Amino acid sequence: MTDAYTRFIRSAPGGALAKQLGLPRPSRLLRRPDRPEPVLGPVVVLGDSAGADRIAHLLLEEGADVRRRFEELRRVGSVIVVLDEISAPAEIGPIMLPLAGAMRSLAPGARVVTISRPAGDQNPARAAARGGVEGFLRSLAHEMRGGATANGVLVQDGVALDAPAVIGALRFFLSARSAFVTGQLLTVSGEAGSATENRSLPLAGRTALVTGAARGIGAAIARTLAADGAQLVVLDVSGAGTELSRLANELRAVPIQLDVTATGAGERLVSFLRDRDLTLDVVVLNAGITRDKLLANMTPDRWDPVLAVNLTSQITLTEALIEAGDVLGEQPRVVSLASTSGIAGNRGQTNYATSKAGVIALVGALAARLEALDGTANAVAPGFIETEMTARMPALTREVARRLNSLQQGGLPVDVAEAIAFLCSAEAGGIRGETLRVCGQNMVGK
Amino acid sequence: MTHPDFPRDALILGGNRIPFARSGGPYTGISNQDMLTATLEGLVARFGLQGEKLGEVAGGAVLKLAGDLNLTRESALGTPLDPRTPTIDMSKACATSLETLIHVSNRIQLGQIDSGIACGVDSASDSPIEVTPRLRRILHRAFAAKTARQRITAFSTLRPADLAPVPPRNGEPRTGLSMGEHQAQTTAQWGITREAQDELALASHQKLAAAYDAGFFDDLVTGYRGLARDQNLRPDSTLEKLGSLRPVFGTRSPQVAEPTMTAGNSTPLSDGASSVLLGSADWAAEKGLTPLARVVDARSAAVDFVHGEEGLLMAPAYAVPELLDANDLALQDLDFYELHEAFASTVLATLKAWESEEFCRERLGRGGALGSIDRSKLNVAGSSLAAGHPFAATGGRLVATLAKLLHERAKETGIVQRGLLSVCAAAGQGTVVLLESVTD
Repeated sequence: MTDAYTRFIRSAPGGALAKQLGLPRPSRLLRRPDRPEPVLGPVVVLGDSAGADRIAHLLLEEGADVRRRFEELRRVGSVIVVLDEISAPAEIGPIMLPLAGAMRSLAPGARVVTISRPAGDQNPARAAARGGVEGFLRSLAHEMRGGATANGVLVQDGVALDAPAVIGALRFFLSARSAFVTGQLLTVSGEAGSATENRSLPLAGRTALVTGAARGIGAAIARTLAADGAQLVVLDVSGAGTELSRLANELRAVPIQLDVTATGAGERLVSFLRDRDLTLDVVVLNAGITRDKLLANMTPDRWDPVLAVNLTSQITLTEALIEAGDVLGEQPRVVSLASTSGIAGNRGQTNYATSKAGVIALVGALAARLEALDGTANAVAPGFIETEMTARMPALTREVARRLNSLQQGGLPVDVAEAIAFLCSAEAGGIRGETLRVCGQNMVGK
Repeated sequence: MTHPDFPRDALILGGNRIPFARSGGPYTGISNQDMLTATLEGLVARFGLQGEKLGEVAGGAVLKLAGDLNLTRESALGTPLDPRTPTIDMSKACATSLETLIHVSNRIQLGQIDSGIACGVDSASDSPIEVTPRLRRILHRAFAAKTARQRITAFSTLRPADLAPVPPRNGEPRTGLSMGEHQAQTTAQWGITREAQDELALASHQKLAAAYDAGFFDDLVTGYRGLARDQNLRPDSTLEKLGSLRPVFGTRSPQVAEPTMTAGNSTPLSDGASSVLLGSADWAAEKGLTPLARVVDARSAAVDFVHGEEGLLMAPAYAVPELLDANDLALQDLDFYELHEAFASTVLATLKAWESEEFCRERLGRGGALGSIDRSKLNVAGSSLAAGHPFAATGGRLVATLAKLLHERAKETGIVQRGLLSVCAAAGQGTVVLLESVTD
């Protein structure tokens, strides 16, 4: 699914020409089938806190090639920088700077992950030091080459570094599953969640609903969750019924045709689940549409459906599922589809951005609501992803949009799906109300 | 010797169809096999039948291409069903998929199979076109030729007129009259008014639209090629609009003084496919499927329309009383009636015949009239006038709809519900089926 430009640049003459002209040269991103090992070794753990030791030990126990310094390493697979105990800006340099000399030794597809605490602190020096990590991380991600990425885990004060969600987030960022995630900081706010028992089938025994599943990103989410062992319930409008049936047959999933904006859609879903004796452990709210127009040309028939499908339906469906009381399993995970448009805004997308920014706020409120059930709600915000929808963009706009990120290429639906699968996992219980960008560090927004 | 365990119940477990489209519409260029495969795929997905070896899949089409010899087999092979599932192709004009239903349910009742699918498909947009009989003979002679000389001789007899293709005949071979012209005579004979026909047509659209809005078809119809609802459905139709259409049938029959049949109260040529899943009680339990209804009984009848003794589409008027008598039921004992709306006046003429002392005495040989039915129980989720009528697909549509209606009402009321299905067919035939609700 590589675009024509990228194919050309990867050819010998194309590569030479791009080098001469200073054109973007996107690297091939390694995904799960290309790089199945959970950690690319050797992995260097920087930092001298107790948390750093604990993480180094954990990785050692799992059989990773763990080092505490770069000396004598000609090639480095992963770097974990543990900064949980820093209390002044001057403490960052001594921990980080050894990485400077190792930057050129990073392997293609290498991973750098920082682990630090969020800045919200009364102590000015400590707050400043913690805040500084964000700037470091985001800039480092821009400097990464060869499909390598840099991401950070922000661990709330009081949460141990070996809490399930910290380890879960670390594993996600270290793996090939986060190929298109870079320059992102993910906050872990609690110790909830549990270690995944079956690492090759992390969602075994769980039932997941995916809305808008018939094609594009929705189908990729369903396939990824199924590959992770989940039993799927796939939902889409009846107009996409044939595609939905084919997907259901492929995944041995339960199909349900439903317009999520129809009156009583939530109740219809609940009674369907009851009829089939299904309880949902995972709900992925993916159904979404675009009706792009400048605000000057915006009309209710373009505005209303976008808000209805992308936002209001998510409220009514989750409301109905929670209210029903018997259709959600233990520790339910809700993941909603936001968009980088909802963070940065996008010309011609006031309706879409409104709905997606709404989603980002919605998962915050939903997470609070689900806390009583030991559940979580989070969002994933895709940037430019190669789908039927983006294939319809004007060629030049599309070409520019593709290159406007640190990885200089569009992501694939599976990249979004992998991030969702992670947020659906048992490990991710301590991540609540977060929005994780899957955008290759798109230049727009935060 | 009869086996002690048989006959046993044949249960309807559910159905699936694709939305019906008007001929020349969105399914133009789509083959019967494509449509039937998609319909079966949807059924397999809905009931989790991937890899399942069923007892039999019985299907058919009315407008069938010569190359579609094993249409049902080829379609089933395109689905995730176990490829060792046997199939059969059947044909009885518009009653085709009622007959496939009877075939499958009979075999389940007799214990020959435990599960099966009855289905049907038709495309008026992809109907077969043949060559003239003369051209066919010339071509056969040429293919059989052993020398170039013989082949040239064969082709030398070719005339330009031989090259014109022969489309399917739109009419009864024995009378030369189209179905609409035949029905127009029946309509006039029974004095069915234009208003009554338009009212029935309007009700069909309104009821079908309401059923769609209520989500009734969410688990009966699978969207196909971008179509989510039947294309012919016009929820905003009105009596004024229907009243403004000019008559299209009866205009060529001298027996019809005032033609009343329009494009609005006649069902248009359509494309589509439908399927119904059946099984024994044990098989359904094993699969965790909820039975909706059981197939109680069925009858078919034929009338002599050739000599003008009876109207072409009146056979169900004869088959239904026979079915009711066999099951000790009066016409009024039924909770739902699904009478196929080939034309609004077909339904109205049939009802009127049952209300007629004279018809029931003279034609049916009964003591008196069967009487009238409660019209609020007739085609409650809309029927062919609104949905369209892809010939062999209509029976499957009716069966799945009725089975769901019976099951829902029985669940609400706790009372066993009975429903009657009737479909008229070309050449003066008709097939009728009796279903009864099943609740757990």
